[in-house]
Amino acid sequence: MTDLPLLTLVLIIPALGALILLGFLQGDDEAANGNAKRLGLLVTLFTLVLSIPLAAGFDPGDPGFQFVEDGVWFAGLGYKLGVDGISLPFVLLTTFFFPLTIAASWHVEHRVKEYIAAFLLLETLVIGVFVSLDMVLFYLFFEGGLIPMFLIIGIWGGKERIYAAFKFFLYTLLGSLLMLVAMLYMYFDAGTTDIVALLNHQFSYEEFDILGWQIVGGAQTLMWLAFFASFAVKMPMWPVHTWLPDAHVQAPTAGSVILAAILLKMGGYGFLRFSLPMFPVASELMQDFVFFLSVVAIIYTSLVALMQEDIKKLVAYSSVAHMGFVTLGIFAANQQGVDGAIFQMISHGFISGALFLLVGVVYDRMHTREIAAYGGLAERMPIYAAVMMLFTFGNVGLPGTSGFVGEFLTMMGAFQESTWTVFGAATGIILSAGYALWLFRRVVLGQLIKQSLQSIQDMDGREEAIIAPLVVLTLLFGVYPSLATEFFGPSVAALIDSVTAAQETAYAEGVFGDPVTLTELEE
Amino acid sequence: MTVDLTIALPEIVMATGAMTLLMLGAWGGGDAQRHTVTTGAALLMLLVAALVATINTGERTAFTGAFVDDGFARFAKVLILLASAVMLLLGRSYLERRGILRFEYPVLIVLATLGMMLMVSSGGLIPLYVALELQSLSLYVVAAINRDSARSTEAGLKYFVLGALSSGLLLYGASLVYGYTGTTAFDGIAAVVEVEGVSPGLTFGLVFLCAGLAFKVSAAPFHMWTPDVYEGSPTPVTAFFATAPKVAAGVLFARVLYDGFIDAAAAWQQVLVFVAVASMFLGAVAAIGQSNLKRLLAYSSIGHMGYALVGLAAGTPAGAGSLLVYLVIYSVMNIGTFAFVLSMERDGQPTTAIEDLAGLSQRAPAQALGLAILMFSLAGLPPMVGFFAKFFVFKAAVDAGLAALAVAGAIASVISAYYYLNIVRLMYLAEPGRLLTVNAGPIQQTVLVGSAVLMAAGWLPFLGGFGLPDAAEAAAASLLR
Repeated sequence: MTDLPLLTLVLIIPALGALILLGFLQGDDEAANGNAKRLGLLVTLFTLVLSIPLAAGFDPGDPGFQFVEDGVWFAGLGYKLGVDGISLPFVLLTTFFFPLTIAASWHVEHRVKEYIAAFLLLETLVIGVFVSLDMVLFYLFFEGGLIPMFLIIGIWGGKERIYAAFKFFLYTLLGSLLMLVAMLYMYFDAGTTDIVALLNHQFSYEEFDILGWQIVGGAQTLMWLAFFASFAVKMPMWPVHTWLPDAHVQAPTAGSVILAAILLKMGGYGFLRFSLPMFPVASELMQDFVFFLSVVAIIYTSLVALMQEDIKKLVAYSSVAHMGFVTLGIFAANQQGVDGAIFQMISHGFISGALFLLVGVVYDRMHTREIAAYGGLAERMPIYAAVMMLFTFGNVGLPGTSGFVGEFLTMMGAFQESTWTVFGAATGIILSAGYALWLFRRVVLGQLIKQSLQSIQDMDGREEAIIAPLVVLTLLFGVYPSLATEFFGPSVAALIDSVTAAQETAYAEGVFGDPVTLTELEE
Repeated sequence: MTVDLTIALPEIVMATGAMTLLMLGAWGGGDAQRHTVTTGAALLMLLVAALVATINTGERTAFTGAFVDDGFARFAKVLILLASAVMLLLGRSYLERRGILRFEYPVLIVLATLGMMLMVSSGGLIPLYVALELQSLSLYVVAAINRDSARSTEAGLKYFVLGALSSGLLLYGASLVYGYTGTTAFDGIAAVVEVEGVSPGLTFGLVFLCAGLAFKVSAAPFHMWTPDVYEGSPTPVTAFFATAPKVAAGVLFARVLYDGFIDAAAAWQQVLVFVAVASMFLGAVAAIGQSNLKRLLAYSSIGHMGYALVGLAAGTPAGAGSLLVYLVIYSVMNIGTFAFVLSMERDGQPTTAIEDLAGLSQRAPAQALGLAILMFSLAGLPPMVGFFAKFFVFKAAVDAGLAALAVAGAIASVISAYYYLNIVRLMYLAEPGRLLTVNAGPIQQTVLVGSAVLMAAGWLPFLGGFGLPDAAEAAAASLLR
C-alpha cells in the first residue's frame, strides 16, 4: 500500500475524469447528460475512497510531512507532494465535499458535460494546493483554480454572473501576482522552491529604507505583505471581501458550496503554510493589524448580514465574519489559536456548505432567494426546518455544534494576546445570533401565508442523503472535537515551536523595540 | 585566406533555395505551381532547421568575425525556421481562397527568414544592418502583397516609411558607436568598453541603437506601426509578423547588448527597464478598447515584447535564457491563435471582429476550447505554459535586483488578463450572435489543437518541460562568455 503514489493518484483522478468526459462522452441529449453526472459522481466517490487510506495510514503523532513524493520537474523546480496534520484535513474536506456537490447538481440541465468537467478539474486543482510541497507547484494550483471557477460562475450563474465572474477573477489575480513576485524573491534568497527547505530557511528581517520609508522587519515584512495581499483576498478579509457576496449570489448552488466550504480555506491554509512559519517576525509585527482587520470583519460583516434581503448574501456575509475568527486564531500564533483556526475552517466548511445546500433546496423549488418570499416553511417542510435549525445553531456557534469549538478556541488563543480584540469578536457572536436566528424566524417559522408556498415539497431522498453526512459531522465534531484536534495538534505544536523560537530571538535582538527576554515578555 | 563555408552552410542553402524557388515561380504558370513553391519553401525551411540543429557545434566565426555561429544563434535559428515554415503552410489555404496566392509570397518569406538567420548570427554592426535590411525589405513587400487592397498597400507603405526611419536611427547610433570605439565588431566594442568605460557619446549611440531595435521588436514607445500594419496586412502575413520577426529582433537585441555592451549594462539597463514597463502597460491598457482581433493581438504582442525585454533587462545569463524561453512559448501561443484567426469566416468572407466570437463554444466547442486555453496562456495564468514564460523572466529580473520591474509586470498582467478573459467571456458566456463559421482546414485544425495541448499540458512533471529551460540556458551560456 505504501508503494502506491497515493497523493498523485488522488490528485490526477479527477482531472482524468474531466478529460474522459470532454474527450469521449458524445451527445447532448438526456442520456448523455445523465451519464456525465453519473461519471462525475463515480470519479469523485472514487477519489474519496482513495483518500481513505491517506487518513488511515497517517500517523498523527508525527509532525512532519508524510506520504512524501519527491520528483524533479524542470529548471530546478521540484514535483514534491506530501501532507502533514495541517494539510491532510483540508484534503479530506475536499474529497468529501466534491461528491456532495455533484449530487447536489443533479437538476442542472444546461451544458452538463462542461459543468461536471469544470468541477472535476477544480477538484484536482484544489487538492493540488493542499498537497504541494513545492512553492511553484503550489502557486500553479492556487491560481489554476480561478479558471474553472470563472467558468462555473460565468456560465451557470445568475443574472449578474458575468460581472461577478470578472470581479472574482481580477480581484484574486491581483493579490496572487504580488505573491508570485515575493515567491521569486524567496527562490532567489533561499535558492530553492522546496517548501520543507523554505520552512527551515530564515528570511532576513533587517531593517532597510525604501524611498525614505523605514521598513521595520525588512524583507520579511515586504514578503509577508505580498502573501497577505493574496491570502487576504482569498480568505476573504475585510476590506477586500467584496467579491465574495457577488460571486456567491451568482454562482450555482454547487459552486457556492465549493467556494464556501473549500476555496475560502485556501487563504487560511496559505497563512498557515507560508506567512506564519516563514515570516514569524513579520507576523508578530503585523499581529495588531490582522487583529484589527479581523475584528472589523467580524462586527462589520455581521451588521451587514443583518440587513440582507437575499438568503445567499446573508450566508456569504456570515462567512466573512467566520473567517475573521480564523485569521484571529492563526495570528494569535499559539496552540489554541491555530488549533481553533483549523477547526473553525473545517467546521465552517460543514456548516456554510450545508447552509448553501439548504438555500439551494428552496431555490430549486421557488426560484427566488429573497427572504421576504418565504415564511412558515416548517408547516410543509418539517425535515427541512429541523435541519435548517441545526445549521443555524451551528452558524451561531451554539455549544454542541462544531461551530462553538472553533470560535471558542480561536478566542481563547487570541485572548492571550489581546483582550480587547476578543471583546470585539465576542460582540460579533451576539450579532451572529441576531442575523442567523432572525433569518430562521423569517424563513422557517411563523404562519405559512404565502400562496406560492402552499404546495412546496419537503426534501426528497437525494437531498436528505446529501445533507445527512453534514449533520452527523457537525454534531460529532461538536461533542467530540479532539477527534480532529488530535489529528492536527502535533503538526500545529511543531509549527508554534518554530515560530515562537524565531520570535524570541527577534525580541532578544530588539526588533520590536528594546531587547527583552521571554520571561520579561510573559510578565 | 580560406573560409570554412560549412559554418554558414544553412544560410547558403537558404539563399540558393530562394533563387531556385524564384525561378520555379517565374517560369511556372497556374495555381498548382504556386502551391509547389509554397510547399517547397516550407520544406526548405524545415530542412535547414534540421541542418542548423545538427551540423554545427561549439562556437565558430567566419568572414573575419562578421558571422558568428554559436549555441544562442542556433537556438534562435531553429525557432525562426520552424515558425516561418508553419506559418507558410498555415496561410496557404487562406491566400488561395482570397486569390492572392502569389508565388512571390513564399520566396519573400524565405528571403526574410534568411535575413533573420543572418541577424541572429551577426558579429558586428555592419552585418547587423545588412541582415536587418534584408529582412525588413522583404517584409515591407509582403505586407503589401494584396495589391488590390488599399489597406494592404497602406500597411506596406506605413511599415516602410516608419521602418526606414527606425533604420536611420539605428544607423546613426551605429555610426556614433563606431566613432567612439573605432570598430564595428561586437568583440572589439566590448573590449573598448571594458577598458575605457562608457563615454557620453557612446551612451548616445547606444540609446539610438536601442531605439532602432525597439522599433523592430515593436516595443513602446516605438510601437505605433504595429496595430496598423497588423490590421491592414492579409492575415497570414500578420501571423508571420507576430512570430518569426519578433523572435529574430528580440534575439538580435540580446546579441547587441550582451555581446557588445555587457560592460555598459548600467547605461542600457535603464533604457530597457523603461521600454519594458512602457510596453507592458501600453499593451495591457490599449488592447482593452479594441474591437478587431488582429489589432488586439498587435497590442498583445507589444505587451508580450515588454515581458520578454524584462528578461533582457536583467543583463544576466539567466535573463538571456528566459528571453529565449519566453520567445519560444510566445511563438507557439501566437501560431495557435493565428491558426484560429485564419479560419474565422462570416458569410464566406474573412472576419476579425471580436464580437463575432460570441457564443462560439456552442457551435464549435473544440475550437473554442483551444482558443480559450491559448487566451488563458497568453494571459499568463497557471497552469498554462504561458505562466512559465512570465515566471522565468520575472525570476531573472528579481535575481538581478529588479524586483520593482517584476512588480510592474505583475500589475500589467492583471490588466491584460481582462481582455483575454473578455474573449473567453464572449465565447463561453455570451449568447450566440452573428454566425461565425470556423472554416479550418486540416492544417489549421492540427496546429490549433497542437498548440493548445502544448500550452495546457506542457508543464506536466513527467514531460520535463521538453528540455526547453535547459536548452535555453545552455544557449544563453554560449552568448555570455
